[in-house]
Amino acid sequence: MSKVIIIDDEFLARSMVKEYLQKYPQLELVAECGDGFEGMKAIQEHKPDLIFLDIQMPKISGFEMLELIEEPPAVIFATAFDEYAIKAFEAHAVDYLLKPFDQERFDKAVNKFLAQHKGSATNTQELLNDVQLPNSNNRIVVKNGSKIKIIPVQEVLYLEAADDFVKIFTKDGYFLKNKTMSFFEAFLPADLFVRSHRSYIVNIQEITRIDPYEKDGHVAILKNGTKINVSRNGYGKLKAVLGL
Amino acid sequence: MSSSPLTAKRFLTPLIIAWVVLVTAQVFFLRSYFPFFPLYTVLTDSLLSNFLLLVAGLLMLNVTKYYLPSTYQYTSVIAACLVLTGLWLFVSNTFLKIFLGDSEVYAAFLKNSLIIRAGFAFLVLTILTIAAILWYNWVERQKVEQRRTDADRLSREAELFKLRQQLQPHFLFNSLNSINALIGLNPQQARRMVQQLSDFLRGTLKKEESQMISLTEEINYLNLYLEIEKVRFGNRLMTSISIDEDTKELQLPTLLLQPIVENAIKFGLYDTIGETLITIESTKELSELCIMVSNPFDPETSLPKTGTGFGLSSIKRRLYLLYGRNDLLSTKTKENIYYTIVKIPQQA
Repeated sequence: MSKVIIIDDEFLARSMVKEYLQKYPQLELVAECGDGFEGMKAIQEHKPDLIFLDIQMPKISGFEMLELIEEPPAVIFATAFDEYAIKAFEAHAVDYLLKPFDQERFDKAVNKFLAQHKGSATNTQELLNDVQLPNSNNRIVVKNGSKIKIIPVQEVLYLEAADDFVKIFTKDGYFLKNKTMSFFEAFLPADLFVRSHRSYIVNIQEITRIDPYEKDGHVAILKNGTKINVSRNGYGKLKAVLGL
Repeated sequence: MSSSPLTAKRFLTPLIIAWVVLVTAQVFFLRSYFPFFPLYTVLTDSLLSNFLLLVAGLLMLNVTKYYLPSTYQYTSVIAACLVLTGLWLFVSNTFLKIFLGDSEVYAAFLKNSLIIRAGFAFLVLTILTIAAILWYNWVERQKVEQRRTDADRLSREAELFKLRQQLQPHFLFNSLNSINALIGLNPQQARRMVQQLSDFLRGTLKKEESQMISLTEEINYLNLYLEIEKVRFGNRLMTSISIDEDTKELQLPTLLLQPIVENAIKFGLYDTIGETLITIESTKELSELCIMVSNPFDPETSLPKTGTGFGLSSIKRRLYLLYGRNDLLSTKTKENIYYTIVKIPQQA
């Protein structure tokens, strides 16, 4: 018996999946959610084996929701996103269903899950590292205890590497996110953020000045006084973006 | 270079008149200053020399037809005219000698007047050539201008078409998905939604990009769209439309309102949780139709909006292409409500 949750903001889209699911007595529908917040709560509460997930939903997208879950379950995406956007996560999700889909296509996806479920689970974490949705790089969603915070990228002062995590500094303090620096380097808009150092990515609008520091190093001083290390390579990149 | 100035009335007529004037003037000149020449001599002199001058001139016109000097190559034009003048002088002199050389007085006169004739012919040829060059340049410029306006118009139409066609495939696929679900749950409603979706799509297909329709028609069309969206989003989506009586017949570009409302719905529904109220109000302000669309948003998590922001740029561009104005679309926020205001100038 596997537990299933459907997360989609459209009632009819949920009922569609529900209808197709009736064929599978071994899949138990434990919750239906209309947005990512409800989805997160339900996942934490029920620990499902499989979720059907829409991408475009109120407040936080299906992806952003997944990012906030520590051990994400297997995912079958059900979305109207075009094929091009969705190809990217073909490798990692159990499957993806392009709306509208029929029972036959649905069966294929579920059978894929049932077959995989006996063996190893899908790697949702890898999926999240690989996938970048178009036009979604203007904010970062973080979890602070049980609260979810959406940070517009403009409000990020700088990022600092911290072991397996990245510390995202804002004027309200920092938030941890389980991602790599190179992920953020690619994710954040290149005209606003520069990787000034192996361990730092800085918001160039926060920089007030750049001073020399020790031998052939530099240090960027932010508006709030924070000093950010700048490597030689990073100094070159900063100069290019700032047009020096 | 396809046409010759000789095919253009505005060039040919002055040329003929000038030639006739030239012939007559020469006759009168010779008659008054050299009254001892018989009329036959004077006429032959004038007609022959001017006929040859005309031939030379036509030759020049043909040359400039295939070879247009660029702006600063007028020295080569003058050189060509000089050569041609020499040639003309030689030919006309020879013929005049053959026809009229019997009279010694005339032969002497001809010899003495060579320089004046040459100068005069050079002047006439140069003027004619320059006129031809100017004419060709003018024709060329007209063509370039025409091509440019044609290209502008085509790209403008193409762009308008593209902007108008930006019907979200997302909307279409999600609607089809809703219909798919309704077929099982409520076949009657599924059928109705198919009808609404078809009417809506037909509307987007048949309309011309620059066509104007009345606000009432546009609102009817908008309602089709809203009905579909309400089926999709259920109770989450609420709308309120208030149309001033005196705006009902005002005109606006077809399919302008729907993308603005679509934008407001997306923004409202995806930025807030729970019920979303979209309001649409129309008023008449001076000679403009003013439509205000509002949606709720979350000031905490939404990015500060710069300019028109949020997916309205294609609408702004469309308004610019139609009216040449950038100030017709504006947005503002008040507490947690986002307003999109569009103004449509009315023709008096």
